[in-house]
Amino acid sequence: MKIAVCIKQVPDSWAQKTMGSDGRLDRASVDAVLNDLDEYAIESALKLVEANSPTGEAGEGSGHSITVISMGPERATEALRKALSMGVDDAILISDEALAGSDALATSKVLATAITAGGFDLVICGTESTDARMSVVPAMLAERLSFAQLTFAASISLEGSTVKISRQTEFGVEEMSAQLPAVVSVVEKINEPRYPSFKGIMASKKKPLVIKSLAEVDIAAADVGSSAAWSCVKDSLPRPPRGAGIKVTDNGDGGSQLAAFLAERKLI
Amino acid sequence: MSEVIILVDSVAGKVSKATAELATFGKKVGSVTAVICSSDSAALLPQLSTMAIDKVITCTGVDFEKHSTGATAAALAEVVNSIKPSAVLIASTARGKEIAGRLAVRCESGIITDAIDLDADLITTQSVFGGSTTVHSSVTHGTPIITIRGNSIEAIVGSSTPTHEDFPVSYDGADKAVVSSLAPAVKGGRPELTEASIIVSGGKGTDGNFAPVESLADALGAAVGASRAATDAGWYPHSFQVGQTGKTVSPQLYIAAGISGAIQHRAGMQTSKTIVAVNKDADAPIFDVADFGVIGDLFAVLPQVTEAVTAKKG
Ligand SMILES: Cc1cc2nc3c(=O)[nH]c(=O)nc-3n(C[C@H](O)[C@H](O)[C@H](O)COP(=O)(O)OP(=O)(O)OC[C@H]3O[C@@H](n4cnc5c(N)ncnc54)[C@H](O)[C@@H]3O)c2cc1C
Ligand SMILES: Nc1ncnc2c1ncn2[C@@H]1O[C@H](COP(=O)(O)O)[C@@H](O)[C@H]1O
Repeated sequence: MKIAVCIKQVPDSWAQKTMGSDGRLDRASVDAVLNDLDEYAIESALKLVEANSPTGEAGEGSGHSITVISMGPERATEALRKALSMGVDDAILISDEALAGSDALATSKVLATAITAGGFDLVICGTESTDARMSVVPAMLAERLSFAQLTFAASISLEGSTVKISRQTEFGVEEMSAQLPAVVSVVEKINEPRYPSFKGIMASKKKPLVIKSLAEVDIAAADVGSSAAWSCVKDSLPRPPRGAGIKVTDNGDGGSQLAAFLAERKLI
Repeated sequence: MSEVIILVDSVAGKVSKATAELATFGKKVGSVTAVICSSDSAALLPQLSTMAIDKVITCTGVDFEKHSTGATAAALAEVVNSIKPSAVLIASTARGKEIAGRLAVRCESGIITDAIDLDADLITTQSVFGGSTTVHSSVTHGTPIITIRGNSIEAIVGSSTPTHEDFPVSYDGADKAVVSSLAPAVKGGRPELTEASIIVSGGKGTDGNFAPVESLADALGAAVGASRAATDAGWYPHSFQVGQTGKTVSPQLYIAAGISGAIQHRAGMQTSKTIVAVNKDADAPIFDVADFGVIGDLFAVLPQVTEAVTAKKG
């Protein structure tokens, strides 16, 4: 089985994020990290291969392969290296000046093209990138690829060519299954991502990481990037920070003071 | 006059409050056509008569619940292609966003998610970066597909007599995944987290004892929420988790008790209108976003509030 894991490099979630004058997130000024929700996707792929490998390990000899794919600036190779050091086999970065400002539609188009070219039969994603927070790329990939969609998985298993997941939705706890090929997104409850070992870090340096331009994946520059984005930001304003709130120390009447505040605001 | 499509959002045969809110936003733009994609359509239809809806279209011929979002997006795309609305409005739930994403691909249309406001010219307002920035955007290509967060508007209630028609759709296998079993969520007596106008949440600081949180919630007619530390410990079901990987909520009042206010928790509640925190630790980051904070023990403070609220109700 050929597994692709889609990962994104994002600004550190603790960083103060601001909008640039072009109506896009100012990424240059903040630390970039591997989207933490995507670490669970990487771990899921590793676990799935380990469970279905004669040696109990991922990598050569497992009969399966795991490729991490990302679309982003060259700096995103750092995130891909981290995934390689966790144990995936190889990495592809699609990077091109023309991609700057792409919306989710363009992102999913680029990723879907790379997935088709690679002949993958299982795609694993995180549920959300912590910067854009749209949570739509996995569903868009399923739509574009005509793969089965199994999103928000809290557990995943493979029986032959059937993928099974369980998930919690508004409706309750659902068991879902589908034949490969499929797109799965995983929630953070699914596992505990491993830390790269020293051996893993050393080994990752020799693993293949290719950077592809748009031309190399056969996508026209006019179809992506800010000029092709189908929605546009008109303006963005920093919201005035919440005025420093009232803070009281409970000396026996903290609850009453709180109740008085609620009454004053007509909340009770 | 322009026509706006809203997708009827429902759980277990009950139309959600979000649907009435979508209709209210739709009215700002034009006439409202509600589309039902559900095997419960017969039960849902009469519930729409209290909402600002002019026409109802029921998509028939597909077991939507079994096939999940791909089938719904495919059906909706057929309706969009047939009536060419000026926009499609969908609730910003996990499911709603997936449907919107797939629909955007199918209809080659731009998409905006998590809007908190929408004007007559279809310009949306979003609150991003944990509520620190307000963004106005619009869709520039195709039929604008917009998902709107719950609790963003006071829904118009009244009575309407929408016209109704069936719209047969064909299942094109767009979603090959099937739901093989469903253990329905147990409904308690409290309001739905995403619909509630007041939420009382408990965290690690409850030490597993949610009684003071629940008592206050019941006195206020509120929903109960929990931090991930509390759901991970098994003190409260995962479906009650508020935060980045739980529910995003935006009630009139959010009370966080024994919750430190980690960035992932704040991501799900920071846009609440009024935020109250009760925490023993004066330096807990939750106080940075709180309008009113009590530094103290929740086991002492919450019961006192409950008592005051109960007394006020008389
Ligand atoms: C990928 C990822 C996703 C996550 N998603 C979410 C999410 O969706 N939602 C979420 O909530 N978290 C999420 N988290 C976890 C988050 O980082 C925090 O660990 C979590 O929110 C902490 O929960 P807490 O505030 O209840 O616990 P703690 O951080 O342990 O805080 C407990 C607080 O209770 C106070 N306290 C203790 N006893 C009392 C008392 N008697 N009275 C009053 N106060 C008391 C303490 O002072 C402390 O501030 C996520 C983490 C990761 C890595
Ligand atoms: N630029 C990208 N490159 C690779 N994967 C991505 C990218 N953007 C989003 N994804 C994947 O899609 C998931 C959901 O992202 P989003 O829809 O942006 O919230 C992420 O967790 C990733 O798995």
